[in-house]
Amino acid sequence: MNEEQIRLVILDILDKIAPDEDLTDLDDSQPFRDQMELDSMDFLDIVMELRKRYRVQIPEEDYQNLVTMDSTVTYLLPLLKDVESPA
Amino acid sequence: MQYDTIIIGAGLSGLAAGIRLAYYDQKVCLLERHTTIGGLNSFYRLRHRNYDVGLHAVTNYAEKGDRSKPLNKLLRQLRLSWDDFALCPQIESSVVFPDCTLRMTNDFELLRSQVSESFPDQADGFNRLVQSIDEFNPFAETEGYLSAREHVRKYLTDPLLENMLFCPILFYSSATPNDLDLRQFVIIFRSILQEGFSRPQEGIRRILRVLVKKFRGEGGELKLRTGVKRILEKNGAACGVELDNGEILEGKRVLSSAGLIETQRMCEEPFVEEKAATGDISFVESISSLDCAPADLGHHGTVVFFSNQTDFRYERPNTPVDLRSGIICSPNNYQFDEPLEENKINITALADHEYWLNIGDEDIYQQAKQEYSQAIIENAINIVPDFRDHIIDQDVFTPRTIKKFTGHLNGAVYGSPTKQLSGTTPLDNLFLCGTDQGFLGIIGAMLSGISMANAHCLK
Repeated sequence: MNEEQIRLVILDILDKIAPDEDLTDLDDSQPFRDQMELDSMDFLDIVMELRKRYRVQIPEEDYQNLVTMDSTVTYLLPLLKDVESPA
Repeated sequence: MQYDTIIIGAGLSGLAAGIRLAYYDQKVCLLERHTTIGGLNSFYRLRHRNYDVGLHAVTNYAEKGDRSKPLNKLLRQLRLSWDDFALCPQIESSVVFPDCTLRMTNDFELLRSQVSESFPDQADGFNRLVQSIDEFNPFAETEGYLSAREHVRKYLTDPLLENMLFCPILFYSSATPNDLDLRQFVIIFRSILQEGFSRPQEGIRRILRVLVKKFRGEGGELKLRTGVKRILEKNGAACGVELDNGEILEGKRVLSSAGLIETQRMCEEPFVEEKAATGDISFVESISSLDCAPADLGHHGTVVFFSNQTDFRYERPNTPVDLRSGIICSPNNYQFDEPLEENKINITALADHEYWLNIGDEDIYQQAKQEYSQAIIENAINIVPDFRDHIIDQDVFTPRTIKKFTGHLNGAVYGSPTKQLSGTTPLDNLFLCGTDQGFLGIIGAMLSGISMANAHCLK
């Protein structure tokens, strides 16, 4: 997957976790939590969905990389570069 | 074969935990000793009628889409939609004390105005109390017991109002007599007074059916009539269970909803002192089937919490049943689109578990059930219209019934007075969820299962 494809995967996961949120105006450089209501249970689900879908293990100390869309994509790119895009 | 997680007890907490784990591809086995699921919130059929046990009302009512509310967080975590539980809001509930009644609905402002009408000199204190509850974080990791009574007395000076607020909160959650931990008080204040009650048309069956279908759909395995004899240990860690029939199941971890002492008894070494940690609060409930709707007799209340005396006592009584107070619940009195097919009034009263558990003779037990059921009803018709001529069938459950079907020692529906909020035990890979982890009620039980699965079984 490339950066854009990873971004779409994250959007899809966010949509699953928070089905009522409008994600069209999401600012990729700003923290998710400032733009939508995500508590720690929801946040864990981002990590867990990535594990379920792509078998990527994200250690707890790396959670800080998942704060914004930009940082998430940057962090995931090396982990997912050899994975086929679902789209 | 080895399971990722073995869950003991297919009640609401075990089912919710199971859904989380199975959804995230764990190999999960959910073990239930009884012939059906539900635990403390279950159901049965008797003489062609359906009965619910445990469920009076689902607390934490929230409208669809209100994301911050516990109900909706829970549904999201279980990947269920709001419509799955088909919750219908209550009509109106009340707290009835001598010479004073407070009415409440799922709009908290009604209770607020009722307080200021009945207790004008307490209105300001009440508003400040509510503000303190709004600002309080009951999930912050703080140590030690905080008395809810002491907190409330900082704001309210009238003992009648204090008791009228504690009455529904103690009745619907407390494993400790007369007072409870402030954190739990805050959670229950929000869930029953601020958010309010609802119920699915089909009662608890609806919720359980949705959960078990989801659990199985995600690949979870449910074994009924399968009790656990002991939890297997290796090098200070749980590694599986031995079933009542001697079969061994291996698991990387065990999550038990059986209760603190009940779980401890399955382990080699005890981890708490048994007597102090065994619950004492139990109930007798008289369930009457009527030939007409309670509303036809002029009774529209959903849940009525009452006390015949200003000094409300919530404790194990010295008599088989405590006739000084009770809960009158009518499952018909919700805002259903269609009226329920069966008409019921449930009346619950505190009971002395020792009396009920020690009756050896079956005839005497049956006779005591009838006798005290009549007394409970006679007491309640001081508060609600006399429905005795309309009773077409009756059933009664006692602490003995609760113990038999849930395994809870003393028939203690709210479990141990000592809650294990972290869910951990001295044994690695053995965790607790459900009543003795600390979240109570139907929504609380499911949240307990979810949060313990998240904290200990997923990371």
